[in-house]
Amino acid sequence: MEEEKTLKVQKIKNGIVIDHIPCGRALKVLKILNIEGDIGSAVSIAMHVRSRYGWKDIVKIEDRFLEEKELDKIALVAPTATVNIIKDYKVVKKHRVEVPDRIVGIVRCTNPRCITNQNEPLTPEFYVISRDPLIIKCKYCERDMESDEIVENII
Amino acid sequence: MFKGRDIVSIKELSREDIERIFEVAEDMIPIAKGEKKTDILRGYVLATLFFEPSTRTRLSFETAMQRLGGSVIGFSNPKATSISKGETLADTIRIVDLYSDVIVIRHPFEGSARLAAEFAEHPVINAGDGAGQHPTQTLLDLFTMAREFGDISGLNVALIGDLKYGRTVHSLAYILSKLGANLYLVSPPLLRMPKHIIRELNKKPVETDKLEDILGEIDVFYVTRIQKERFPDPTEYRKVAGSYRITAKLLSSAKKNAIVMHPLPRVDEISSDVDPLPHARYFQQAFNGVPVRMALLALVLGVV
Ligand SMILES: [Zn+2]
Repeated sequence: MEEEKTLKVQKIKNGIVIDHIPCGRALKVLKILNIEGDIGSAVSIAMHVRSRYGWKDIVKIEDRFLEEKELDKIALVAPTATVNIIKDYKVVKKHRVEVPDRIVGIVRCTNPRCITNQNEPLTPEFYVISRDPLIIKCKYCERDMESDEIVENII
Repeated sequence: MFKGRDIVSIKELSREDIERIFEVAEDMIPIAKGEKKTDILRGYVLATLFFEPSTRTRLSFETAMQRLGGSVIGFSNPKATSISKGETLADTIRIVDLYSDVIVIRHPFEGSARLAAEFAEHPVINAGDGAGQHPTQTLLDLFTMAREFGDISGLNVALIGDLKYGRTVHSLAYILSKLGANLYLVSPPLLRMPKHIIRELNKKPVETDKLEDILGEIDVFYVTRIQKERFPDPTEYRKVAGSYRITAKLLSSAKKNAIVMHPLPRVDEISSDVDPLPHARYFQQAFNGVPVRMALLALVLGVV
């Protein structure tokens, strides 16, 4: 049943299918992957799709594969997502994204008074305080950031 | 082992670390008073980098270094240095690190001490970074309580005043709770301690906006300033500030051996009629900054 719904979105030959994205976060996922305007490959989005666990979003991108860093970013925006790698219309690999223990260089601190926002030669870094709900702490100013703030501040 | 360690955040110190610091600080007291002389830090240079003024903290560190026979370089007016020409803090630290053996930094931006610790080879001590950590203040506060009562565990400590914005009071609450104290948070509803700070405490604190309700149970009254700017209406401010004022009359119903502390400077949170009472401990507390900072300098430089 679920497979059938998924298929409503066009099947792809090579590329990735990011499934089980929390409802409403699909466009965020595209944004952090820098997919906007003319990228030279097909992208399809399904929003508000019924699944076994309630509602979800799905993103399919043709001829695109992900780097480790991009997987970490997806984990921050869509902690429940699974990434399927498609070759010749077949899923050749499937992985759950996972928020890393240390988040380095992919999120900006929301604290305007934080030293990481002052033109110093620093890479912003955070520790994960809690995974559900997601809370991270800035290594420098020690301020906590919650899910919505994190999503808005991905570099 | 303390040699070479940075003192950036109180959260990085274990119970054993704190006990060791206090043990050394206790030995430093006669030297801090000038009754005993030493030069265990002769030949060592401390750099005090005060990117914003805090005369009391700076004098306390400089006294600590000089009482141990070391010398001090530094500035308390960054406008007179190349920093105002746009040099990064990272570069300033790299250079000062080449001139000195230990760095004390006070800076308006949060997390700046962590940056300094990363760029300096030598140990860095945080003397306050914006609204962030101020671990030496927290340590001297704890030391004052520990000297008075022997043990922090089981003490009833009331934190009074602005518990919302004062981040040093957040660090103090955290460490007191970790060491087993019972916390009483006394503040106007507008200035209550944030939930995320309370969440990190070991034990649920007593929260109230009425000092009178808990007066008889308290061992330590830790008073902080309520700033006028926090209130849109000046009459409201006067009313609120007045209801948390510590006076001799109020203390007449407190425990006999209860003490009153304040990080200073005070404005009128503690009435001057408290000064001569046996409860007053804020001047002693300010003095304790010297032996505690002496202990930290000696420990991170590895001479004790
Ligand atoms: Zn920060």
